[in-house]
Amino acid sequence: MKHLRYLVPLGILLVLLYFLRAGLSLNPREVPSPLIGKPAPAFSLARLDQPAVRIAKDDLRGKVWILNVWASWCVACRQEHPLLVAYSKTAQVPIYGLNYKDEPAAGLKWLADFGNPYTASLADRDGRVGIDFGVYGVPETFVIDGEGVIRYKHIGPLTPEVLRDTIDPLLKQLHG
Amino acid sequence: MIPEIGHFSLWLALGIALVMGAVPLAGAQSGRADWMALARPLAYALFFCVALAFGCLVSAFVNHDFSVAYVVSNSNTALPLQYRIAGVWGGHEGSLLLWVQMLALWTVAVALFSRHLPQAVAARILSVMGLVAVGFLLFMLLTSNPFDRLFPAALEGRDLNPLLQDPGMVIHPPMLYMGYVGFSVAFAFAIAALIGGNLDAHWARWTRPWTTVAWVFLTIGIALGSSWAYYELGWGGWWFWDPVENASLMPWLLGTALIHSLAVTEKRNSFKSWTVLLAILAFSFSLLGTFLVRSGVLSSVHAFATDPTRGQFILAFLAVVIGGSFSLYAWRAPDVGIGKRFGLWSKESSLLANNVLLLVAALAVMLGTLYPLVLDALGLGKISVGPPYFDAVFMPLMAPTVFLMGIGPLARWKDAQLPALALRLRWAAGVAVLAALLTGWLAGEVRPVSTLGLVMAFWIMGSVATDLWGRVHPQGTDWAQAGARLRQVPRALAGMMVAHLGIAVFCIGVVMVKTYEVESDVKMAVGDTTTVRGYTFRFDGIKELQGPNYVAAQGQMQVSKDGRPVAELHPEKRIYRVQQNPMTEAAIDAGLTRDLYVSMGEAVDGGAWIVRVYVKPFINWIWGGCLLMALGGLLAISDRRYRRGQGVAP
Amino acid sequence: MVNARLSARFLPTWWRALALSAVLACAAGAGLANEAAPASADPALEARVMKLSSELRCLVCQNQTIADSHAELAVDLRRQVREMLQAGQSDQQVIDFMTARYGDFVLYRPPFKPLTALLWVGPAVMVVVGLGTLFVVLRRRSRLADAAFEADNADDAPNDPHLS
Repeated sequence: MKHLRYLVPLGILLVLLYFLRAGLSLNPREVPSPLIGKPAPAFSLARLDQPAVRIAKDDLRGKVWILNVWASWCVACRQEHPLLVAYSKTAQVPIYGLNYKDEPAAGLKWLADFGNPYTASLADRDGRVGIDFGVYGVPETFVIDGEGVIRYKHIGPLTPEVLRDTIDPLLKQLHG
Repeated sequence: MIPEIGHFSLWLALGIALVMGAVPLAGAQSGRADWMALARPLAYALFFCVALAFGCLVSAFVNHDFSVAYVVSNSNTALPLQYRIAGVWGGHEGSLLLWVQMLALWTVAVALFSRHLPQAVAARILSVMGLVAVGFLLFMLLTSNPFDRLFPAALEGRDLNPLLQDPGMVIHPPMLYMGYVGFSVAFAFAIAALIGGNLDAHWARWTRPWTTVAWVFLTIGIALGSSWAYYELGWGGWWFWDPVENASLMPWLLGTALIHSLAVTEKRNSFKSWTVLLAILAFSFSLLGTFLVRSGVLSSVHAFATDPTRGQFILAFLAVVIGGSFSLYAWRAPDVGIGKRFGLWSKESSLLANNVLLLVAALAVMLGTLYPLVLDALGLGKISVGPPYFDAVFMPLMAPTVFLMGIGPLARWKDAQLPALALRLRWAAGVAVLAALLTGWLAGEVRPVSTLGLVMAFWIMGSVATDLWGRVHPQGTDWAQAGARLRQVPRALAGMMVAHLGIAVFCIGVVMVKTYEVESDVKMAVGDTTTVRGYTFRFDGIKELQGPNYVAAQGQMQVSKDGRPVAELHPEKRIYRVQQNPMTEAAIDAGLTRDLYVSMGEAVDGGAWIVRVYVKPFINWIWGGCLLMALGGLLAISDRRYRRGQGVAP
Repeated sequence: MVNARLSARFLPTWWRALALSAVLACAAGAGLANEAAPASADPALEARVMKLSSELRCLVCQNQTIADSHAELAVDLRRQVREMLQAGQSDQQVIDFMTARYGDFVLYRPPFKPLTALLWVGPAVMVVVGLGTLFVVLRRRSRLADAAFEADNADDAPNDPHLS
């Protein structure tokens, strides 16, 4: 049928519209992590509050834990911080902080001012550990299981919905 | 009060556009002359209302009306006057108003210059343009009102983005929009012809000058954007294959194809349905570009602040306009005849091959731009598609296109007579290769890819020269008549030659700068020098400057060659007081054969600075070539046959 | 240049010493206007760093390469590239390092894999299909009888290229 070829432009348009519409609910700026399901990078960093003590990845084996990347210069971190402080009181897992590209004195003051939800914070002064974790924006939050494998990454400030709908069920699953 | 007048004007314009979109169209279908006659007065009324609204927004900016939210986000009391005016189109809402203003302008132009068209045709065209206006006015009024008030009024604005505080900002968007919107005229002509069933050579002749003018504006707009990025952004690049840049390139490629296709349809009354499709496509890509920039589906430096509702509205608008056009096309195009006969190897077929290559180029750009979105939508992960991809794919597509440019103009209509053609062009081919090799050798190094690019450029020049030679001094004639024959070359043809030469000049600029550009990244203390390609740059320290709304550290650079002073350059590192972001202002000594480009990096200890020095050969040929293309287009439209109105009974 | 014999006759010794030291001071001063040192310690390595960086996407601003971006992460990643190249690693190893941490998103040159095959091969396929279709259509038309076409007008001069 010779008339079918005149429908080709319309056909291509419909396909294009489908994808453009799908695009409206996507976020082109969000970079998903390729490390989900892979072992977390090895690290050994000094504690923010006790610089002589170091914590390494292997020290945290055997338990599920959360890593929250934060900095005193990060405005969005202030947004999620009260939520994190509240969560740390009831959470079953330890929350470790990664103080990313920050001055330790500034970081400690920030925690003193706004609360400290972290079992311990690690000082990543030059950002290398952050790069190994694929950090590109602050705050970011990782859930890491007992084998040291990254199970989930959240980019941006935590919200009650994310904690309730994604992280808590995941923690339950990892423990059960 | 004034913003309210502006807002009300827009509603009035919407009402007028609705009537304009419906009544003359219905009149054309039913043969009612009084309804059709409404089209022109409605077009004038639409323009008046839109211009009034535009004027109100300009006034709000000029008078620092910080009770208008849009003015607050794009202006500041310290902002100089010209940037307050440019700030009108610095953000999403205002740029939409600019879009509609341009549309109203084009509509009035069509109303004024369509007296030679049959009334039904003119009525349909103006109706279609009215319908497009309805879409944009509705979009503005429902989701993006530039006149929204801020309660309480702000005391101070947030300032126009410093990157936009530049002369380029004053002229680049208006030129670009004139181009984008201008393709709506060719679109309207196409829709009118499909509806009315009168698709013929006359239609092509009427459409051609409108398409060319829009194309000229778009060419200038894109060139301005590129040269502005070059001297403003401080990293020396001029094209980044950013989604928004691509959004302007795609309609340009299709517009170029359309101009050539109209030539075939006008001359041979053939490939009409193809030309109509191109006319629809060119404007469709303009609309697609509007969507991509404002919907947030793609990440881009140029993207406006986004909102899902806005994206949904434009998408619906796209679906209606383009979907409707393609449906109309599918319904009416099969009935169009195939026109006059021409051979497999002929001017017509070379023009159509040019079309295929330009369309594929546009589709390739679209493929690269949208591929990350497609993969993400299918849940297949996120990738990036950037300059390495586009350069790898676009250049090889352009090579055969440019090669054809040398052949097409000399090919004969109906039957190209290839052997004779090849014979005629042998000089051009030989000279092209020699000139390319010579240029490479003079520049210091002959390289394969750059030589190929130069061969293409010189090939076009050789072909134009051969063409001109054949017209001015045909075989068997003497030189006495040459001057007269030169004057007799139709302007449309002269325009084509100039535009094609523009492409050659552009290619030379691109090849030379990409291949032979030299960069020197140095740490300069006061008194230090660095030498690049024979030019010696001496750093004489920093001067602190106060601008109208910024503070700057201005470098003092003296440039000399062989001991003789060449230029004094003042690159700056600026901090704008309101937004507090540091901006690099490069200093450029522009020349016909090279640019000297200096930009300041960071200060290091000891009063020294990191400085980047470039020598960029022939870079101004890039924009010079674009200017020539635009001039060629203007020359072509001034051809007498377009000024002679040739009406045809309906 | 001071003429030594003349000065010996007409000028006292201390004058000569002063003049000579003045000349030497000027010469030293001129010599102090140095050739600027390259911004980086190893320009050849830096060129490689920049070339590689110009193909990597800055994740913070997302519309610049890490070569051009001033963002802190870009500076850190450039440092990372430099260290890896200095340690003798290959370009591919640097790319693998980046994609292991940030995914293919960080590459401006999409890798050629089944997922991107359509992207890379698409344009070439379109050219072949497009020109091929044109060829087929034109050839089919050339075989039609004259009656299928419109007749040429009087002003359709048959074979004169000098008419547009």
